Amino acid sequence: MSSPAIETDNLTKQYPHGFLNLKKRTSLEGLNLQVEEGEIFGFIGPNGAGKSTTIKLLMRLIFPTAGSARILGKPISDIEMHRDIGYLPEQPYFYDYLTAAELLDYFARIHDMTAADRTECIHRMLKKVGLETAGKIQLRKYSKGMLQRVGMAQAILHDPKLVILDEPMSGLDPVGRREVRDIILELKRDGKTVMFSTHILSDAEMLCDRVGVIVGGKLRGMGAPEQLVDLKTQGMEILFELAGQATAALLSKATRTGDRYRLQVPEPELYGAIEQLRASGARVLSVAPVRATLEEFFMDLVEADRAQAAAVEVSGK
Amino acid sequence: MKRMGVVALNTFREAVRDRVLYNLLFFALVMMAASIIAGQISIGIEETVIATLGLSAISLIGLLIAIFIGVGLVSKEMDKRTLYALLAKPVRRWEFLLGKFGGLILTLAVNTAAMGVGLFLALVYVKPTLERGDATVFVAVYFIWLKLALVVALALLFSCFTTPLLAILFTAGIYIVGLYVQELRDLPVAVMSPGMTAFTKTLSYLLPNFENFNLMAMAAHSRPVPGTLIAQNTLYAAVYCAIVLTGAVLVFSRRNLK
Repeated sequence: MSSPAIETDNLTKQYPHGFLNLKKRTSLEGLNLQVEEGEIFGFIGPNGAGKSTTIKLLMRLIFPTAGSARILGKPISDIEMHRDIGYLPEQPYFYDYLTAAELLDYFARIHDMTAADRTECIHRMLKKVGLETAGKIQLRKYSKGMLQRVGMAQAILHDPKLVILDEPMSGLDPVGRREVRDIILELKRDGKTVMFSTHILSDAEMLCDRVGVIVGGKLRGMGAPEQLVDLKTQGMEILFELAGQATAALLSKATRTGDRYRLQVPEPELYGAIEQLRASGARVLSVAPVRATLEEFFMDLVEADRAQAAAVEVSGK
Repeated sequence: MKRMGVVALNTFREAVRDRVLYNLLFFALVMMAASIIAGQISIGIEETVIATLGLSAISLIGLLIAIFIGVGLVSKEMDKRTLYALLAKPVRRWEFLLGKFGGLILTLAVNTAAMGVGLFLALVYVKPTLERGDATVFVAVYFIWLKLALVVALALLFSCFTTPLLAILFTAGIYIVGLYVQELRDLPVAVMSPGMTAFTKTLSYLLPNFENFNLMAMAAHSRPVPGTLIAQNTLYAAVYCAIVLTGAVLVFSRRNLK
């Protein structure tokens, strides 16, 4: 059985602060995470939750206070493992005196690519991220969205097995976001593993096989998006319209959109409600389960975390 | 090693694109003005004036580049987070650090060599017949480059653990003290306590002796330089740089980036 693409064991990061750095602030607490090979894993959480800290720990940009991590079966201290990973930093900034093509050439040289491979690969990557006409412009003239695209290109330039993207949709317009989503899906089709952090939940719901929800430096939930939200199925929604002058007793509880109405009822009351609507001359168009969105699941966790933090603060006083 | 070279060449390219070598134009103007003025105000000592002025300008311009760009080599990359994407690739931190060092000393080599040639041409202008001793000016320029390499190593070390402003102050401070190492060694022992004597003596050997690299008087009077001095200074700079860079690597390898 192959080892997970990413595996962390009790990964913890504390930063010293305060007078003489005597106090410790915990950014990440005992993270146990597994990202399986070939999956798209979304790492979601509000700003300051510990997403970027985790990714920086994996990339050895910062060092853990406790715990360990392995990538592609190797300890993160093994530099050769970096040949097989691609990384897009959050809000990437590159050498602005270089053109996009020169920057990619620089990174390709770091990866020991031959001159012929570099030329072909740079052309292909620029085309893939929609920058083929801007490849010879210095990066200082690039917009934030264009820099994000260059960042994406450098992350996948060397055909890595694992791609780690820190807020890849940040700063992109809808077209750019769509293109990044397509690239992520293409990477999955090619058998790559993708881990990306985001606080845009719709992106995670749309793309991810599994997500990990991190709040306040702690992992609060992990699994397929539908698994996480299935726990919170919230009844049934009836979509109906009124025929002629008919009225329904339940109408006051329904929400009107144009000529149509939406009514949410608990699951055991579904058939009774349909009967009432039909009896009063309404035409039922559809019935669908109402499931909590990932956002609601996420917001519940954030609210719980805030409440807990407030309680600690009060008891501390 | 290859990756270090890639980083070094990129650092050199950065210096060129950021117009660091434009200082050569300024130097050329100084040399042209000096040649003309020296010819008018001094009789028989034109070459001395030009050599002194030229070497001082090479040293000063080089020092400004070595300190200010040297301090920014790593701190700028950390501030702008340009090294994040690089360090996620198969590059060890020491390769990055030594690559940056290599890139700047390459820039300084090109810069000082170009200024050295300019100075030599100015000397030829005032003194058409050349002697063997006139080549001393090139050795003096080489020694300035060695000195600058040491300054860059120090700037790099300080920038690895402190703010850019403090790193500039520390590097400039060490440079100034390093010019007076011999005086520190020759302090009157009779008026000092044994402890103080031992301290100043130790300090004088620990600090880099920048005065070792000053060949201005010999170049001004076209006196040939013994080969042993060239070898000694080269070895001294290489060993001192190696020690300082080892320290920088040790600090940088453990540093948490922002």
